[in-house]
Amino acid sequence: MTGAQALPREPQRYALPPGRLRASLALVGRGLRAHPTTSWVAIGASAVYGVSSVASGWLLGRVTDRVILPGIRGDGGIGAREIWLSALALAGVALVTAVSVALRRIYAGIVAYDVQADHRRAVTRRYLELPLSWHRRRPTGELLSHASSDAEAAASVFAPVPLAIGVVVMLAVAAGAMLAANVWLGVLGLAMLPLVAVSNALYERAMSPAVALAQARRAEVADVAHASFEGAQVVKTLGTAELETAAFVRATDDLRAANTRVGRVSAVFEPVLSLIPTIVTLAVIVVGVVQVADGRAAAGGVVTSAFLLSIMAGPVGAIGYVLGQLPRSIVGYGRIARVIDADDDRRGRAGETSGAAAGADPGDGTAAVRLAGATLDVPGPRGEVRLLDDVELDVAPGTTVAVVGSTGCGKSTLLDVLGGLTPASSGRVVVAGLDVERTGHAELARRVAYVTQEAFVFSGSVRENVALADEGAGASDAEVWDALERARLADVVRELPEGLDTELGERGTSFSGGQRQRLAIARALVRRPRVLLLDDATSALDPAVEGEILASLGTGGSADGADAADGADTAPTVVMVAYRPATITRADLVVHVEGGRVVDVGTVPDLLARDAGFADLLQAYERDRS
Amino acid sequence: MSERATGTPTHAIAPASQLGLFATIGRGIATSPAIKRGIGLTLVLAILGTAGQLVVPVAVQHATDAGLLAPDGVDVGVVVRTALLALVLAVAAAAFTMLARSRLVAATERGLAQLRVAAFEHVHRLGVLTQNTERRGSLISRVTADVDTVAIFVQWGGLSLILALLQIVLASVAIAFYSWELLLLIWACLIPMILLAPRAQRILSSRYALVRLRAGAMLAAVSESVVGARTIKAYGVQERTGRRLDAAVTEQRDAAVRAQTIAAGAFSVGVLLSGFALAAVVVAGTYLGIGGRLSVGDLLAVLFLTQLFVQPVQMATETLNQLQDAVAGWRRVLSLLETPISVPEPAAPVPLPPGPLGVRVDHVSYSYPDGPRVLHDVDVDLPAGTRVVVVGATGSGKTTLGRLVTRLVDPDDGAIRVGGVDLREVADADLRRRVVAVTQEGHLFDTTVGDNITYAVPGAGPAQAERALVELGLADWLAGLPLGLDTPVGQRGESLSAGERQLVALARAHLVGADVLVLDEATSAVDPATELRTSHALARLVDGRTSITVAHRLSTAQAADLVLVIDVGRLVEIGSHAELVAADGEYARLFRAWLAATS
Repeated sequence: MTGAQALPREPQRYALPPGRLRASLALVGRGLRAHPTTSWVAIGASAVYGVSSVASGWLLGRVTDRVILPGIRGDGGIGAREIWLSALALAGVALVTAVSVALRRIYAGIVAYDVQADHRRAVTRRYLELPLSWHRRRPTGELLSHASSDAEAAASVFAPVPLAIGVVVMLAVAAGAMLAANVWLGVLGLAMLPLVAVSNALYERAMSPAVALAQARRAEVADVAHASFEGAQVVKTLGTAELETAAFVRATDDLRAANTRVGRVSAVFEPVLSLIPTIVTLAVIVVGVVQVADGRAAAGGVVTSAFLLSIMAGPVGAIGYVLGQLPRSIVGYGRIARVIDADDDRRGRAGETSGAAAGADPGDGTAAVRLAGATLDVPGPRGEVRLLDDVELDVAPGTTVAVVGSTGCGKSTLLDVLGGLTPASSGRVVVAGLDVERTGHAELARRVAYVTQEAFVFSGSVRENVALADEGAGASDAEVWDALERARLADVVRELPEGLDTELGERGTSFSGGQRQRLAIARALVRRPRVLLLDDATSALDPAVEGEILASLGTGGSADGADAADGADTAPTVVMVAYRPATITRADLVVHVEGGRVVDVGTVPDLLARDAGFADLLQAYERDRS
Repeated sequence: MSERATGTPTHAIAPASQLGLFATIGRGIATSPAIKRGIGLTLVLAILGTAGQLVVPVAVQHATDAGLLAPDGVDVGVVVRTALLALVLAVAAAAFTMLARSRLVAATERGLAQLRVAAFEHVHRLGVLTQNTERRGSLISRVTADVDTVAIFVQWGGLSLILALLQIVLASVAIAFYSWELLLLIWACLIPMILLAPRAQRILSSRYALVRLRAGAMLAAVSESVVGARTIKAYGVQERTGRRLDAAVTEQRDAAVRAQTIAAGAFSVGVLLSGFALAAVVVAGTYLGIGGRLSVGDLLAVLFLTQLFVQPVQMATETLNQLQDAVAGWRRVLSLLETPISVPEPAAPVPLPPGPLGVRVDHVSYSYPDGPRVLHDVDVDLPAGTRVVVVGATGSGKTTLGRLVTRLVDPDDGAIRVGGVDLREVADADLRRRVVAVTQEGHLFDTTVGDNITYAVPGAGPAQAERALVELGLADWLAGLPLGLDTPVGQRGESLSAGERQLVALARAHLVGADVLVLDEATSAVDPATELRTSHALARLVDGRTSITVAHRLSTAQAADLVLVIDVGRLVEIGSHAELVAADGEYARLFRAWLAATS
């Protein structure tokens, strides 16, 4: 990759290293390192829990030898003090155990939820950065499931991880205690470790593919639900709920089968894991009794060893729980990492600057719109498709440009390139004096406003939707009202129960299509852009309203002196995809696009005189009207 | 005057069901009947498996009393025989546990699949207005993540919890066998926990409900940022959107941390109390032994059994928050299922008569829930085969009229009769085959052009799709598509232009073969070439059918048989274009304004 060498440094990859063990260690290590304080508290508490559990076993063995056996057999005078002291010691250990369990649980939970939130923030921030071409290739449901169930899966291992580390401490201490009580029994107890390790390795191997499949199926269910609910109104009006349900049943059934397989694997392995301490306990009793018979061990030592092992049966299962979760976490992590490490298909975005780019052509700073050899190739079902082919265009400030052409000729694509939504594959694109390739989104958006076809409405108030800023920031109420006025939406908003504060439903379902379009236009106007891009942004409006709105652009509203210095008091340069003859004839300049190429540029009379295709387009509409 | 006023809707889906803990589990299981299938045998196997836990303590007791501390010295033979028998029993118990868990997993997954499907079906059965009150991300989380919480609980924690309870019961029985006094003592130690538990449950239940609510809100925020990606990029508001997303993520995280902190605190009390129980057993057991009531082996067995008591309590620490999370998730799914259907199916449907259908709008009034009245006593008869166009200013109520005729909403007063039958008495399946709407969005599904056209007609293939396009005069458009019918339309149809999306929607409606068509602003947002195609296609589509077109463009009205003029919710004029122009009323005024604007 020659391109990669040009970069100053290899970017940090989010993906885990290859190999199951390295991946597991990296996953756990990164999570714990990201939240060191809470992790150490959780691990420390868990270690204390491990030690105190062993201490309770050890105490019990001691009590058996020194109190219970002599007391019950009547071998020696056991005082009440002895008995009560033992009980007090056991109660003290119980207190330490309880506190450490609480701390471990709370802090392990915090680590898990923090890691989960980290993944969610990382993946959703990445969605905002990735280009539209990337978004178009991915179903929304899949993106939702990365942020929900994949992030949950990736972090799920962190709740039991500190417990497992505590269990390791417990096993080490227990092994020490058993070795101290009786070497042979201690060695036997330690034999449990390789057995646990081997079973767990097998467990993980069986679990990984099952879990990967289940996560993929889960994403599919989310996707089917998402597509179906997005189109709920079509489903309703066409009465296809049964068909939708049939598709959902298929996806759900696949998920059911995959989940069942995951559950079966753990159903088989977990009893095996808890069988191991039982077997070792029985072996310890047999060997211990033989040792006692030979006079090489005390009865109390055998009891201690057996009791320690019985205490460990449960926690050893916790290791199994961690290892059962690990494959799920690795799969969830991997699905998120594929998004975060995804290729931007941006070229040379590293040198973003504010203002005019270094090395810009003379004249860029004054041009409202300048395209030089702009070409756009996108991957299609049958290889590369050229959407824009060597487009040349130069527009002076304040000009109103109508982009015309037949369906699919590249009009919207041209606006996407001007608005910086789709980077050109080659050539130069300068808008409002800024090299689009080299300018950050926020910087570009200060001078260029783009009203797209879909008139998307965010959940939130009218004010938030126009200002696109948090309460108290961005445009003032007066500016918002001014923009609404110019977009001919002010009357509608005044009628709303809470005016600017009225909450619009998700996707603005409480507005009609035309009202949504006017809201989107107000959103653009409030920014007083130097260049305004309108992609069929007035299609659902009455022609009269459309005309009023377009006319109001020229007046520019009331700009104050500070804006004047920025050139915002003059009418913006408007580039619009237009269909209505009245709209087209209002434009200063017409750009006729066909097959991704600009076939002609000029005034309406010029084009009518020399461009037969343009005349046809204009007449097609007239014919229909009459 | 705002057509669809916003406010606090009373027809919305409740955030969560108000059912109590056990009622929720009961209703949840009733909605997922497959969970119960074979549960009897599963429980028997689980009990046998759990009983295996008693093998070690009993073996220790026997080995100690009859082997280690045998009166005639250590008896190795007894110990070996005891250990071997215990091994066989333990292996058998493990096998039973495996079987029990496998069966439970299979049954719960079947049951939860039923729950997902039931919730999904219900979403589509809800009225359009109800659907719109809920963010889509939140609806999705009710059929995915919320159900997953139940699955996680049932499979990881739930069985453990049931087995833990069983283990407590079995351990109690076994302890009682050795010494009923010690059993009473152990239970007495746990009394504070039993008293605290209901209160803790109540607090936890509200905390976990908040967690699920925040999770739904987070998904909705993510969904918005993904679906609105174009707009966000176009305005360079990534930073602000990012902050909103971060806030939603953080709120969910904070709610989860708070909930599980309380859970951990509450249940470590259980750990403490069971530790105290062990200490109490040592004291009381030793005194009982000294008094000759208990052998050493018996006491050791009780001490081991007390461990079997402690483990379940600790297990509860790990799983009770899962239980609360699951119950909260379950409640959200149940509340969806409890949401009433505002446009219900009739109990005794009346079939629509065969042949062409007329539409009678019979003194209809309508207001949106919690909103002002948007239609006042609209009364008009539209004979079968009439091409009707409804015009009026934005917000006049013309879209609402379309919604009433397609029964997306029911009138407050009066009735809509199609073919003489009140729509409220028509079965949905019957209605949707005969009355079809083409909405202004023309939403397409992320498949191919062909699949979208045949979408509503099961079994229809490429041949039918092509015929539908040819019949609408769209053969040349089809020929121009890069992959023909196999051309992918992209998400929500966004790879096609707005005009092309409408062509597909028209072909889709045509293939259904409905008798009544309601076209909502279907001719807007189209470029001239497609415009021409669309108007020709529309003319063929409505030919011989009753059509009601909600129009912004008065050119459509010129070609109609009948024009309805709606003004501020009232039907003010009825007649043909020529008649209404001649009458020089509201329509004539609208028409003159339109002519001036478009020429």
